[in-house]
Amino acid sequence: MSLSPAVSSNDHGQGDAAAPLTLVEYGDYECSYCGLAYPIVKEIQVALGKQLRFVFRNFPLKEAHPHAEQAAWLAEGAAAASAFWPVHDLLYENQARLKHVDLARYGRTAGMSLEAIDAALAGAFADRVSNDFRSGVHSGVNGTPTFFINGKRHNGSFEAAVLMDALRAALEH
Amino acid sequence: MNPSTSTTSASPELSGPPPIGAPAPDFSLSSTINGSTSLHDLRGHPVILAFYPADWSPVCGDQMAFYNECLDEFAASGAQLLGISVDGQWSHAAFARYRNLRFPLLADFEPKGAVARAYGVYREGDGFSERALFVIDAAGLLRWRFVSPIAINPGADGILNALAALTSKP
Repeated sequence: MSLSPAVSSNDHGQGDAAAPLTLVEYGDYECSYCGLAYPIVKEIQVALGKQLRFVFRNFPLKEAHPHAEQAAWLAEGAAAASAFWPVHDLLYENQARLKHVDLARYGRTAGMSLEAIDAALAGAFADRVSNDFRSGVHSGVNGTPTFFINGKRHNGSFEAAVLMDALRAALEH
Repeated sequence: MNPSTSTTSASPELSGPPPIGAPAPDFSLSSTINGSTSLHDLRGHPVILAFYPADWSPVCGDQMAFYNECLDEFAASGAQLLGISVDGQWSHAAFARYRNLRFPLLADFEPKGAVARAYGVYREGDGFSERALFVIDAAGLLRWRFVSPIAINPGADGILNALAALTSKP
């Protein structure tokens, strides 16, 4: 099961694009499992340092999670203001508070203009989020979070030790 | 769990599944939407049959809830998704309401598992069906099937590829 489209400069990434390891997460900001994975990814980023690039793609399960799609829209709007990662982090650190008024507050905290926040929350980046979702379904995402390591789906759990083992194994290939 | 054009189930109970290209076995079952659903009434559109072992079990719930999120992708091919298990209509109704499912769940309840048997995916020893996917074309012919390991959510990529293949080879 492999990632399509492959990671490109259109993606939101942290770390060196030339790093030997790329970890992609398809995530939902309202998904509690993604919330559990959030600090694990941070831990792995610290542990692997320059060897790892981390990429996040949107996979809002909007039927199950009523605020997930709008949260993803906000993060995409933040990207236009070079604030994707601060908003991404605020969303995962405040998963229990993702109503419209909360989202607007996170946007302001991250330095977005009121106009940019309004546009994002009205769906200005809805296509981008839908395209991420569609790419995930086609790539074999069947729930959140789903991780890909160097383009291949990670089928194990997202416990830190399991993810680290899989990443280290990928380094040796 | 990857898409495949052949059944790969470890179950020894598969007996005479209809071959790819053959007419899909017809059925009429009680449904959570519109009271009942007959396969022949859906002629003219592709149909996705998603057999699953049981309402409420964690993997099934995740799989059906996931397909609920994918309805727009299926609709882009004009396809209708039907979930089928041996659970009765009242269990289905409660399960569909709990998960906010917007597609019909069909009750393969009496005679129990008859439709699963017709598709070769009934597990005799267990009394429920395999976790099996079928794509039927607009003419009612079986075009793709996949039997997932019972505990694994097979996702939707295989379904989407099968639907795409329908439109590329009319």
